[in-house]
Amino acid sequence: MPSSAPTSSAAKPGLHRRPLVARLLEGRDDRLLVITGLGTPTYDAAAAGDDPRTFFLWGAMGGATMMGLGLALAQPDKRVLVLAGDGEMLMSVGSLATVAMKRPANLAVVVLDNEHFGETGMQPTPTHAGVDLAGMAAAAGWAKTLTARTEDDVAGLVEAARTTPGPVFAVAKILAEKLPFVLPPKDGAYLKDRFRQAVLGTV
Amino acid sequence: MSEPVPAQPTWPDDIYRALKAAGVQQVCHVPDAGHARLIKSCEADNAMQTVTLTTEEEGVAMVCGAHLGGQRGVLLVQSSGVGNCINMLSLPSTCRMPFMMIVTMRGEYGEFNPWQNAMGLATEAVLTAMQVVCYRCDRPEDVGPTVANAARFTFEGGRPVAILLSQRLIGAKAFVNE
Repeated sequence: MPSSAPTSSAAKPGLHRRPLVARLLEGRDDRLLVITGLGTPTYDAAAAGDDPRTFFLWGAMGGATMMGLGLALAQPDKRVLVLAGDGEMLMSVGSLATVAMKRPANLAVVVLDNEHFGETGMQPTPTHAGVDLAGMAAAAGWAKTLTARTEDDVAGLVEAARTTPGPVFAVAKILAEKLPFVLPPKDGAYLKDRFRQAVLGTV
Repeated sequence: MSEPVPAQPTWPDDIYRALKAAGVQQVCHVPDAGHARLIKSCEADNAMQTVTLTTEEEGVAMVCGAHLGGQRGVLLVQSSGVGNCINMLSLPSTCRMPFMMIVTMRGEYGEFNPWQNAMGLATEAVLTAMQVVCYRCDRPEDVGPTVANAARFTFEGGRPVAILLSQRLIGAKAFVNE
């Protein structure tokens, strides 16, 4: 902790989401399977590059982490990474308990936490008032939890997301910035078929 | 002591056998008394992953995730939990994914607790409105074949299906102190 009192800007979340997601997905191989929660995490992952092994959710809010669990149990030799917004994660806090009970070593969830509902007018979420999602996951019993706030934390965040035995739950405190839309395909049947073709060799 | 012990219904074992025959490997549930025997069978099976959920819509997403990874799943719930699933049912529907749920019904034949009636009586309408095809079972001998055919319908055809195990089949829950 700095010895001087933090300035108001230093106390605010500081990471830029697009380069952060690009780092999280950098050099991915066919062992990495990605599910993105609806809204900006889906656009962030699309901006990092379309990939058949990324399943982009455009709806089903609150389902990303549990989809990740079903996928992780079905593919224990693959790494499953869920990229979720704070609103998505707050809607599914019960899944913190559900995942903790199964303890899948190959599942990581990264919450891109801008402390706002970014798609709907930037209304503050409970994390803005101090609700600690990583603390909730730690209390539930996830194997590894962390909160990344600055550039210095990013290398550790990437390692946790990509390789640390899980279940891993990481919060990345990001700026509440409005960025250009980068829209991936939105036909769910197409996204499902190409994902299964890439992973299983059959639709 | 002299009361005869009623025979345990064996249709839960028929469900288990049908799930095995269909290759189901992930079973998730919010427990209901009507599913208790089936859940025990699944938990004792090392080829099945069983997951206890905090709320039913988690199971919809989980079964869809299993499909992405090449495994078949099933969600076991009580009728009250169907209401919790409504928006999440857009996931299998939009993505044309197989999805099967087995629902033990409350709020119908012989129901004692009026708080069960609203969701129990709306269950089939809600599922139908969300494009989930419903197969209802009233008789024990129908249960096994219904689950087998529902499994074929959804896993071969990619459309969500629900099996409704009626309260007439299960027996109304008794509220007596033992």
